[in-house]
Amino acid sequence: MATTNTAEPTRRDFIHIATGTVAAVGVGLAAWPFIDQMNPSSAVLALSSVEIDIGSVQEGQQSVFMWRSKPVFVRRRTKKEIAEAEAVSMNDLPDKLARNLNLPEDAPATDKNRIEKPEWLVVIGICTHLGCIPLNNQGEFGGYLCPCHGSQYDTAGRIRKGPAPENLAVPPYAFIGPTKLKIG
Amino acid sequence: MSGNSTYEPKNGLSRWLDARLPIMRLAHDTMSTFPTPRNLNVWYTFGGILTFCLGVQIVTGIVLAMHYTPTAAAAFDSVENIRREVNYGWLLNFIHSNGASMFFLAVYLHMFRGLYYGSSKAPREVLWILGVIIYVVMVATAFLGYVLPWGQMSFWAATVITNLFTSLDQIIPHLGGAHDPGLGTTITQWLWGGFAVGDPTLNRFFSLHYLLPFVIAGLVVLHIWALHVPGNNNPLGIDVKGPQDTVPFHPYYTVKDGFYLCLFVILFAFLVFFAPDFVGNPDNYTTANPLVTPPHIVPEWYLLPFYAMLRSIPQKLVGVLVLFGAIATLLFVPWLDTSRVRSMRFRPMMKQFFWIFVADCILLGYLGSQEPQAVWHLGGVDMPLLWPARIGTLYYFAFFWVIMPVIGLIETPRPRPDSIAASVLGNAQAAE
Repeated sequence: MATTNTAEPTRRDFIHIATGTVAAVGVGLAAWPFIDQMNPSSAVLALSSVEIDIGSVQEGQQSVFMWRSKPVFVRRRTKKEIAEAEAVSMNDLPDKLARNLNLPEDAPATDKNRIEKPEWLVVIGICTHLGCIPLNNQGEFGGYLCPCHGSQYDTAGRIRKGPAPENLAVPPYAFIGPTKLKIG
Repeated sequence: MSGNSTYEPKNGLSRWLDARLPIMRLAHDTMSTFPTPRNLNVWYTFGGILTFCLGVQIVTGIVLAMHYTPTAAAAFDSVENIRREVNYGWLLNFIHSNGASMFFLAVYLHMFRGLYYGSSKAPREVLWILGVIIYVVMVATAFLGYVLPWGQMSFWAATVITNLFTSLDQIIPHLGGAHDPGLGTTITQWLWGGFAVGDPTLNRFFSLHYLLPFVIAGLVVLHIWALHVPGNNNPLGIDVKGPQDTVPFHPYYTVKDGFYLCLFVILFAFLVFFAPDFVGNPDNYTTANPLVTPPHIVPEWYLLPFYAMLRSIPQKLVGVLVLFGAIATLLFVPWLDTSRVRSMRFRPMMKQFFWIFVADCILLGYLGSQEPQAVWHLGGVDMPLLWPARIGTLYYFAFFWVIMPVIGLIETPRPRPDSIAASVLGNAQAAE
C-alpha cells in the first residue's frame, strides 16, 4: 500500500478536514437552541410599551413606573433643580453623552438633551454601575445617590461622582397628552 | 488511583469482581493502604472535612428541593413554609444555609494551608489548579443558592453580580445599530432571560444550583486523583524518600481526620442550633422588591474581600477586572513562587509576608462589610475607608505578583531536615 505520509495533501486528508468541518458546524448548530433558550422569551419581549398618567406628580416629587420590569423615574423638577442642571458645565460631566434613546447617539449631555420638557425628567432608575436603584434627592448634587457603591447623579440624572460609567439612560418616550406619557 | 496495588481479593466473589471491575482494589489502594507522610498536622484534615461539607450540602439540598418552589411569586413563602411547616424543615434549612459558610471556612483554611506549605509547587501544579477551579465553582454555586430564598439580599445580590457583565459594554458598546445594547448588556439579558432579574432568572438559577454540586463532585475526583499521583505534600515540604517516611492512610489518617471532623461538626452544630442567623443578613427576611434597593447591601462574609476590592476601584470595567483577576491570580501561584523550598517553615522572610497577607484578607473582609461612604475617625483625622481598601487591594496583588517571585530569589532559606522520618523520630532512630 502506498504511504499517505507525503508533503502533498491527499484525498484522505481532504476527507478528514471536510468531515471535521461538517462535524464542528453541526455541533455548533445543535448547541445554539440550548444557548438561545436562555434569551428573553417572546412573552417577555411582547411587553414593550406602556402608557402612564403623570398628572398626580407634584413639583419636587417623583413617581416610579415599571417598563420592561425596570423602574422608570418620572421626576417633576423644581425651578431650582432645572436651573442647577442647566448651569452645569460639560467639563464637569464624566459621561459627555446624552444617553437619550430619543436622540442620536452622539448627542451631548446638556440638560436640554436629557429631557423633552424641562419640568419632567424621565430616566430609567437603574444605576449604570451594577444595577441598584438610586435613592431620590440624595448625594452632593441634589439628584440621586446609589446606596450600593456610592455613585452620585445630578438633577438631570447625569453621573457626577463614583464608579458608574454612564448617565442614567433616558428610555424612548413621548408625551401623548399634557400629562400622559407613552414609554417604549 | 495510581502506584502499585497491594490489594489481594480474599474470596471467590471478590476475585471474580476484581477481574471484571476492580472497584474494591481502587477503594483499598486510595482509602486504606495509601502511603501518607507521617508528619501531617491538623491543617491537613480539611480535605476530608471539605468532602464531608460537599456531602452535607448535596443531601440537605436534595431534600430541600422537594419543598422549594422556584417562582418569584412563591419562592420566599416556600422557604418560610419549609422553616415553619415541613417536618424538620427548620433543621434541614439551617444546616444547608450554615453549611455554605462552614464549607467556605474549611476551604479558606485549606487554601491558606496550601499556600503556607508550598503545596502548589512542582509536582502538584495540576492539583492546585483543580483546587482553584473547584473554589470558583463553589463561589458560583453559593451565589446561585443565595438567590433562591428570594429575599431582598437575594434579589440585589443577583442584580449586582449579573450586572458585573455589563462592564463589557465598555469594550463593545453596541452589537448592531447605534441604539442596540452592547456586548455586556446582551450577555446580562441572556443570563436574566428578560430585562431585569425576574422569574426566568430564578428558575434557571435553581436548575444550575442543583447541577453545579455534582460538577464539584466530579472535580473533587480529579483533585484526589491528582493528589494521589505525587502523594501528599507535608509541613516540612520535603519529598517522601521511602517507606520509613509514611504510614498507611487507614487507620492513621482516617482517625485523625475523623477526630478533627468531630470538632468541626461541633462548631457547625453550634451555629445551626444556637445562632442559625449569625452569618445571615436580616434584610433577606424581607421579600424581594425590584423597586427598592436596601440602603446597605453586602454579600455573604466569604465574598467580602473581593467586594471590597471591587468597590475600591472608581472605574467600572477596571473594578470588575480586579475582582476576577484576584481569583485568576491564584491559578499562577505554582509559577509565581520561585523559591526552591516549599514550606514557609524554612522561609523566614516569606513567612512574615504570608501572615501580613492573611491579615490583609481579613482586613479586606471587614472593609467589604462597611458602607461605601464609611469614614474612620482616627484621633481627629477623618479617613474614608476607601483608602485602606485600596492599600489592601494593592497588597493582595503585590503579594502574588511581586513579593512571591522576588523573595523566592533573594531569601536564604533555613536548613531543612534530611527526611520526614529524621524530623519526626530524631536522626538516630530513623537511621535504623
